Amino acid sequence: MDLAFTPGEQAFREEAGAWLAAHVPAAPLPSLETAEGFAAHRAWEAELAADRWSVVDWPAAYGGRDAGLVRWLLFEEEYWAAGAPGRVGQNGISLLAPTLFDHGTEEQRARVLPPMARGEVVWAQAWSEPEAGSDLASLRSKAVRTDGGWLLSGQKTWSSRAAFADRAFGLFRSDPDTPKPHQGLTYLMFDLRAPGVTVRPIARLDGKPAFAELFLDEVFVPDADVIGEPGQGWRIAMAATGNERGLTLRSPGRYLAAADRLHALWRGQGSPDALRTRVADALIGARAYQLFTYTAASRFLDGAPLGPESSLNKVFWSEYDIALTETALDLLGAEGELADTEWAERYVFALAGPIYAGTNEIQRDIIAERLLGLPKGRR
Amino acid sequence: MRLVLDDEQRAFTGALEKMLAGADTPSVVREWSHGAHGSGRALWGRLAAAGVFALAAPEEYGGFGVRPVELALAFMALGRHVVPGPLVETVAAAVLLPTPNLVKRLVSGETLATVAYGGPYALDGDAADLRLVLAPGGLHTATGHGPVRPSLDPARRLTTLTPGDLLTTEPPLAQALLLARLTTAAQALGVGLALLDRTVSYVRQRTQFGVPVGSFQAVKHQLADARTALEFARPLVLAAALTLDPADVAAAKVTACEAAYATARTALQLHGAIGYTAEYDLSLWLTKARALRTAWGSPEECRDTVLLSAGDPHC
Repeated sequence: MDLAFTPGEQAFREEAGAWLAAHVPAAPLPSLETAEGFAAHRAWEAELAADRWSVVDWPAAYGGRDAGLVRWLLFEEEYWAAGAPGRVGQNGISLLAPTLFDHGTEEQRARVLPPMARGEVVWAQAWSEPEAGSDLASLRSKAVRTDGGWLLSGQKTWSSRAAFADRAFGLFRSDPDTPKPHQGLTYLMFDLRAPGVTVRPIARLDGKPAFAELFLDEVFVPDADVIGEPGQGWRIAMAATGNERGLTLRSPGRYLAAADRLHALWRGQGSPDALRTRVADALIGARAYQLFTYTAASRFLDGAPLGPESSLNKVFWSEYDIALTETALDLLGAEGELADTEWAERYVFALAGPIYAGTNEIQRDIIAERLLGLPKGRR
Repeated sequence: MRLVLDDEQRAFTGALEKMLAGADTPSVVREWSHGAHGSGRALWGRLAAAGVFALAAPEEYGGFGVRPVELALAFMALGRHVVPGPLVETVAAAVLLPTPNLVKRLVSGETLATVAYGGPYALDGDAADLRLVLAPGGLHTATGHGPVRPSLDPARRLTTLTPGDLLTTEPPLAQALLLARLTTAAQALGVGLALLDRTVSYVRQRTQFGVPVGSFQAVKHQLADARTALEFARPLVLAAALTLDPADVAAAKVTACEAAYATARTALQLHGAIGYTAEYDLSLWLTKARALRTAWGSPEECRDTVLLSAGDPHC
């Protein structure tokens, strides 16, 4: 057991830090949940990709550096410490890409991944439906066989980034006559600008169009855009949500940097005693999350798959993020009410954390049933 | 970077757990709580034979050299099995004492030591053979002890000590305090893990309305939160043992103690009235979770240590 990094890993960290110091924009970009901000963040993805920093853990053939998990963690620590922008390509990079690595074809990887890495194609997810949230397997949007592909019809909702994104991926019911709801689902990719697609942006709490409803009316998708076997979509998607809840959605670097900024804010306000405990807990929580992730990464590198432990992760970071940003707003006093600050943007973003990527109620059920071995009951 | 136990560490923990599981520690705790130290001292000898105290002593004093990671693992096991006695204090004494003969007797388990530091009370002053007082002028021995005051944890018997002979003016205070805080954190984590295990077993077999109460979501979610809190405390404890960085040790202490205490509250609630009785063994862990919170650094002292060192690079 040790916490030391190899000279190669340290050199990698320094190289990343030096690149970021030279390239991170001096002023924060506009909110990525606006048309202007989305474009600015897309340009930043291109700048990252030009020097192969957008997807360091991917194979070099698709724009990465074959860096592996440990170097990815170090990159993320440097990235967020440098105050670099949020990642507009996150949905594709952390959800679709791992699915393509595990279940896609070589043709799909070669076609989809490089433009994703460069921010040329930004992906949205299309999981939830008006009647299928936590009970995702009850989804009703359908994929009907047609010549050379499938016709998608139905309604998807809460599709993050879809207001400005280019393409989407999600699950569709390709066989309506299966005994169980999670059977007969197919995982497909489709173009958000294809004929038959209507995107209706939804304003989140602060009014920004951070997500959208998608109305699909016989949208044609070629066979080449089916991932894995038709009918196997549930299994394939669950592998991706396991990944999402696990290591790659929220790296520790994000919270280490945020906690340091919160601590600096507290000191800048004269270290008020009333918020001492909460600021200390933010620092401690970030370190705990970093070390928990190091343990998970160590196990993963030993060959143990990421299992239901990833639900611990999701509950922790989503609640931590809210506590941290609430503390910042409280520290700001009257200024904390203003909506046009970085802390306010962070806070509104954090509020969604316990809801998306599997609600925290579902995560707690998974922890109780699969980690603690408690009997299944009514939800 | 590799933050998982290696084979040797796993084997050490497994052997210690096995020995403790067969030692009927609840009976030992109950006797100890009444001031009957015989079974506790016998167990102490077995802990010494397993090498627990040698992990805190230099090789020239009969120890293995100070091994913080293995100490943390040992104390997690001691907490899981609610072993009574001045365990943390004996570790602190092994670091503090300048005299090889005394340290050798701690390592062999012949001598139990207690230490008063930063407050009026020393743990188990009546059971200890060697009573030490850390005062501003240095490390003193104490000849006798005041009357036993009951702790909220009946297994912890608190006494005052009066400083006597000066042993040394410059004991390695910082190192001793770090190890005391680390081992208290590890012990608390073990207490919390045991509370969780016992409560999970209970809600699986306790039925109401015709089903196990563990199938109710209101019950499940409390236990899920306890598991989450404990699993995030665990790597902090292990990392604190690796770095012995004061901020890491303080973070481990406050996080492990708060996780264990929150788990104790959940354990009590989910057991219902039976958990509120002294007779039921759960009480041995419940009360210790409360007492360890303030031992060797209160939550707020630990948070202050973290705040003071924040901004300095880790590792």
